[in-house]
Amino acid sequence: MSGSDVTKDGIHGARPDREATVGVNAGRAGGGGGRRRRGGAERAMVPDAQFTSYYGKPIINSPVWEAPDIPGYLFLGGLAGAGSVLAAGAELTGRPALARACKVGAFGAVSAGLVGLVHDLGKPERFLNMLRTFKPTSPMSVGSWVLAGYGPAAGVAAASAVTGLLPTIGRAATAGAAVLGPAVASYTAALISDTAVPAWHDGFREMPFVFVGSAASAAAGLGMFAAPVGENAPARRLAVLGAALELTASKRMEHRMGPVAEPYHHGRSGMMMRTAEAMTIAGSIGGLLLAGRSRVAATVSGAALLAASALTRFAIFEAGMVSADNPDYTVGPQRERLARRQPAGAAAVSAPGRHRSAADVPSNNQGA
Amino acid sequence: MSLDLPRAMRKALYDDTDPAAVSGHEDHPPRMGFFTDTSVCIGCKACEVACKEWNHVPEDGLVFTGMSYDNTQGLGADTWRHVAFIEQRKPIARQEPGVQHDVPAGQSSDLRWLMASDVCKHCTHAACLDVCPTGSLFRTEFGTVVVQEDVCNGCGYCIPACPYGVIDQREGDGRAWKCTLCYDRLTVGMEPACAKACPTDSIQFGPLDELRERAGRRVEQLVEAGVTDARLYGHDPDDGVGGDGAFFLLLDEPEVYGLPPDPVVTTRDLPAMWKHVGVAAATLVAGVAAAFVGGGRR
Repeated sequence: MSGSDVTKDGIHGARPDREATVGVNAGRAGGGGGRRRRGGAERAMVPDAQFTSYYGKPIINSPVWEAPDIPGYLFLGGLAGAGSVLAAGAELTGRPALARACKVGAFGAVSAGLVGLVHDLGKPERFLNMLRTFKPTSPMSVGSWVLAGYGPAAGVAAASAVTGLLPTIGRAATAGAAVLGPAVASYTAALISDTAVPAWHDGFREMPFVFVGSAASAAAGLGMFAAPVGENAPARRLAVLGAALELTASKRMEHRMGPVAEPYHHGRSGMMMRTAEAMTIAGSIGGLLLAGRSRVAATVSGAALLAASALTRFAIFEAGMVSADNPDYTVGPQRERLARRQPAGAAAVSAPGRHRSAADVPSNNQGA
Repeated sequence: MSLDLPRAMRKALYDDTDPAAVSGHEDHPPRMGFFTDTSVCIGCKACEVACKEWNHVPEDGLVFTGMSYDNTQGLGADTWRHVAFIEQRKPIARQEPGVQHDVPAGQSSDLRWLMASDVCKHCTHAACLDVCPTGSLFRTEFGTVVVQEDVCNGCGYCIPACPYGVIDQREGDGRAWKCTLCYDRLTVGMEPACAKACPTDSIQFGPLDELRERAGRRVEQLVEAGVTDARLYGHDPDDGVGGDGAFFLLLDEPEVYGLPPDPVVTTRDLPAMWKHVGVAAATLVAGVAAAFVGGGRR
């Protein structure tokens, strides 16, 4: 119905009077004419409709990633990455059983994680498109390439450790997996932070530390769970270090976020977060004190740490979903940002003066 | 890990000039976009229908929401134009319909009905495009952002990356879909279907520079006419997304229409994120090393 055509050569047939004239016939600004008028436009008593959102609808579209695939991968990737570093340390310091347990665990974890990742794709048969290009602006692209290097290395390291074959290649693969492991354990923090999900994005400074802390305590849990008590001393110490890092970083993160951190405290995600914290503390301290002497204590502590790390990732995942579904978490911080950017007073007025000077126009429509 | 980004990436992330050129289109046509002037939208939803027909977009759920006249609800994989309806007890301007109604004292019968046709913003700095790991999302020669459905593997990363909640995953299909600004029509010199169908020219299509000028004049005109609520949204190349390729004239705060008041492309913080990830990875190595060093051998 539009009469004009826009072509590569410009606009043809534009109507000269395409500007509609809302309100123009009705009155002049400041109109002093003695005409009878209800005056609704001039009275400042018309209350502003109090909308803070569009029918409570979320501003952003919620992630379509699903549990257990994606939070499961966040956990398994962390376990694998940190596990490979622990394996290399165990190998270097002559703890073959701990090294073997970590290598097998790491490969098992990354394999299960990859299955989850592919399963979560909308078009799983196209998973190889992940390696179609390399984009440093996409943490998922970077992660795909890291995994493409890490996965085979972890696999060869585990196979060599289990079979005893090709020890030289096995050592090289162990070293390779240990070099890429920290990247596997940490890039996922950038992956979820590089979104518009408030509870993920706003934590981008601390999230990598929460993730590697959680990964370290998971790997330590694996070491305690699967290695002989006689070799698990490094794992027991790593559990405490990892737990301390994770808990410190997550406290800092929640503090910095302010109101956006609410999903980390309240509701289902908050409860999961608190439970995970308690299990992390219990597992790491129990492990440090008891797991060096008792097989049962080592198994229980290790299992508690593994479960706690998994629960942490599920809690963070859930908190992100909650924050995405509530427009307050998107609009609130943005409003505050705008208010800070504007001089005091100006922010309160929804004035068109933000965009152009309207100083000469009487403000006749700014109810309340 | 080097923290110095490649020049091209830095340019793409921060420069606000010419997205098509940054993306490698030499000698490209002018950047095209939409100016949606909501002050003349009549809520006819011709844009929604035209978009669906031309782009063969499937049905998006036949539900009753009770949200004024809006059962469409929002943009998504199967809704590339969405007309919002907001009823407010507030005069739109000094309108005198010529009929005097008897209104009890202290009670206003003023009603304004805000209607606005939302669409993909085709951001200068498009988070969906930045985070897409397959290269399925790309920048066209017109400066618009388009999904290649034969490449998309449905990873879903673009969906939470979009600060406006535009792109989404199509159920039963798995891939991500959104407005293409009718890339097919543009390449043969035609106007996008929604703009073509708009009976009031609320949706105006054209070279972005020209639209921004026209929009500036329009706001001035409205403010002079007493519509002091009129303001532009997404027109500013200095905003958090480097300006939208599809921008709007609104009559209330953006969040009233379901739009974020101050959107920022998430990848603006990505260099800082990589830095923190690098330090965290190093911390992990140091922590494991410390676990082996401390406490003697056992």
